[in-house]
Amino acid sequence: MIQMTAEAAQATRTQPVVEMSGVSVSFPGVKALQSVGLTLRAGEVHALMGENGAGKSTLIKALTGVYSIDEGTIIVGGEPRTFHSPAESQAAGISTVYQEVNLCTNLTVAENMLLGREPRSLGRIDTRAMNRRAGETLARLGLDIDPKSQLGRHPIAIQQLVAIARAVDIDAELLILDEPTSSLDADEVAKLFEVMRTLRAEGVAIVFVSHFLEQVFEISDRMTVLRNGQFVGEYVTAETTQLQLVQAMIGRELETLEKIEQEADEHTVKTQGAPLIEVIDLGRKGSVEAVDLKVFEGEVIGIAGLLGSGRTELARLLFGADTPDHGDMRMRSKVTKLRTPRQAIDHKIAFSSENRRSEGVIEDLSIADNMVLAMQASRGWLRPIPARTKDRLVKKYIEALDIRPANPNALMRNLSGGNQQKVLLARWLITEPELLILDEPTRGIDIGAKAQIQQLVANLAKDGMSVVFISAELEEVLRLSDRLVVMRDRRKIDERANQDVTVSDVLEIIAGEVRNDA
Amino acid sequence: MRSFTKSNLFWPVLGLVLLLLLNLTKTPDFFSIRVQDGHLYGSLIDILRNSAPTLLIALGMTLVIATRGIDLSVGAVAAISGAVACTYMAGSPDESTAGRAIVAMTMAVAVAVLLGVWNGFLVSVLGIQPIIATLVLMTAGRGLAMLITDGQITTVNNSLFSKVSTGFVLGLPIAILIALAVFAITAVLTRRTALGMLIEAVGINPEASRLAGVRARTITWIVYVFVAFCAGIAGLMIASNTNAADANAAGLFIELDAILAVVIGGTSLAGGRFSLTGTLIGAMFIQTLATTIPTMGIPAETNYLFKAVVVIVVCLLQSPKARAVLAVRRPTPLLTKGSAA
Repeated sequence: MIQMTAEAAQATRTQPVVEMSGVSVSFPGVKALQSVGLTLRAGEVHALMGENGAGKSTLIKALTGVYSIDEGTIIVGGEPRTFHSPAESQAAGISTVYQEVNLCTNLTVAENMLLGREPRSLGRIDTRAMNRRAGETLARLGLDIDPKSQLGRHPIAIQQLVAIARAVDIDAELLILDEPTSSLDADEVAKLFEVMRTLRAEGVAIVFVSHFLEQVFEISDRMTVLRNGQFVGEYVTAETTQLQLVQAMIGRELETLEKIEQEADEHTVKTQGAPLIEVIDLGRKGSVEAVDLKVFEGEVIGIAGLLGSGRTELARLLFGADTPDHGDMRMRSKVTKLRTPRQAIDHKIAFSSENRRSEGVIEDLSIADNMVLAMQASRGWLRPIPARTKDRLVKKYIEALDIRPANPNALMRNLSGGNQQKVLLARWLITEPELLILDEPTRGIDIGAKAQIQQLVANLAKDGMSVVFISAELEEVLRLSDRLVVMRDRRKIDERANQDVTVSDVLEIIAGEVRNDA
Repeated sequence: MRSFTKSNLFWPVLGLVLLLLLNLTKTPDFFSIRVQDGHLYGSLIDILRNSAPTLLIALGMTLVIATRGIDLSVGAVAAISGAVACTYMAGSPDESTAGRAIVAMTMAVAVAVLLGVWNGFLVSVLGIQPIIATLVLMTAGRGLAMLITDGQITTVNNSLFSKVSTGFVLGLPIAILIALAVFAITAVLTRRTALGMLIEAVGINPEASRLAGVRARTITWIVYVFVAFCAGIAGLMIASNTNAADANAAGLFIELDAILAVVIGGTSLAGGRFSLTGTLIGAMFIQTLATTIPTMGIPAETNYLFKAVVVIVVCLLQSPKARAVLAVRRPTPLLTKGSAA
């Protein structure tokens, strides 16, 4: 590869090192990759871009043989190949360096670089030859690292470079760098890029996965963008702007989010008269201290606060999941006591817990059963929901919330987090609540589902439903809420109309209280 | 056919059929059923009749296990039920009348239900682990039965009572008719109403069910009462079979048979999805096994050894690893590939 003739190099340039096309990978109930293509050429740095959950790492793992592919072809060096293990792909010249360096920190740099391929003489490892060869490779990459030093004594950045040097020593034709820069400082990144440029000049194809847009634009020649497991496009870096890239990565979700924000801003609430729900001095020992709160019809209350600030605990008190020690609750001016979730549901309150897995989904029941559970529970076991009504409700919500798979009998455990969350939302919407309490409804789900759920909340409020929206993502809280409640140390420390409030304002409110205490 | 091989009932049914065929090799007339005095007789009928107590208790146990629970006290409850019925009849002047038998049996089942209320209280209200909570009654219950019978084997002479186990209606043993009736009622109550789904939800995720408004505590309580009710009837069958209440031996180890029947039937001990039909087959399997062993010329006392083998096989079939190996051998397309098409 390295000592190749000019013509050979030319030939390799025209023929891609790796060409993946129509690659699909699915896990039970989830399509992780859907007909994705990736073309990698010699002497090019190719950035693989996409949001969390877009399928970047799945694609890399499909290429290196960690996952087997359901459909599609992988052509390596002109021949169709299927790798069954990372070792097979490595033998074919594909080396991967992961974010976490997996080398042996107690061995020397040279030993790590040549682990498993040590030069031998008379059956013994030839330490001198090993150090010389390692030194040569390091020098070629322009790295001034002593091959005899112990790897663990070097900072992470150097260890990462050693990992790359090891990959180069294997004569890799393709080097995959999975988020190599996430723990490096600016100087270290510059050093890494230097090495990458050296390798590129030698004709190595490099895949670069990173979240840092600046770096991608600095080093890459081409970019492939994935979104929700699908191929969005391949772009030449020099001809693409950062804005275009972001739009490709986020897609129409960006527009959706902007639209939601605009709608939420236009949304007005009548805060005169009796609120739907009012709590006075509501609290529980060791969980929340004396909170006053009013929620009006059609109002979205956003609760901001750090983990442990009492935001979840307040939601649980409002729902009767925990019983308050003191304080009163009034619904439409009538004194109401909630001792169990069941009573709250009877009063048209719904609560979606932040712990989707442990407090939400019933994994071994179907989508349909999960959806109707709350409604069925409030009807009582003797009055089963008629099959026709159940089918109609389930079908309606699968369509309305775009739940996938759209099969009512699919087991809940096989759904992705976003789809499970939508089923849980449907469970509560079916009960036709007047107050919907959502605790972290978008945690750990992909951006598409996130946008859909936020859109749903905005629509519900417009139709007159009151919503309490709790999220660690302040942007989300600010985007949706009419009024903002900030909590800290189990107390409500601020409440204000959500007009021109920014994320940094909220952070200051949370932090400002710290200064006052000190 | 493929859908059946993939069904959860495939292995239990296959096991039962193989076991029955094994009997046929030793006893050529094993499957023959003859009519005598308008009653059906034969090995298969015997198996049905003798499986009734285990089946009854296993039905209740299925629901308990579906809620992630277990009830070890069913054998003791059966013994108490038999003791109550026999002691009451033996102590009354008109021991052999039908009226006495009916009152005695009603009392016995009522006592069993009360004991179920106790178990359910410990588990659902006090939150004691089911295995510990029911262990209390498992050990104390035999003592209670001894107190009732005054330490004696109480014999009774009542024709109606002895019919519970040995009588026939429409040519079939009354015992199995009772058990099948309870099976049908349970199936209707759980699958025609929402009870089954709610029991499964509680078993799979109690906290999520509670937050969805399911009365998890009440449901848990009910299943312990139900299994005790079943054990009470089973106790009457056992006592009726010998016309005597033996506080020490009646229903001994029947809790283990019942649990085994449930597990063979495909209901996981981890709770959740349950299969009443599976339990029915499981109970038949256990009784057939008990019949097969002496038929094959092996001493009946070794019964437990063979049950242990069954337990191991069932465990293997339920383990994900063993299933993966079996799935590779069976030429069924993978779910993921099917959905990709």
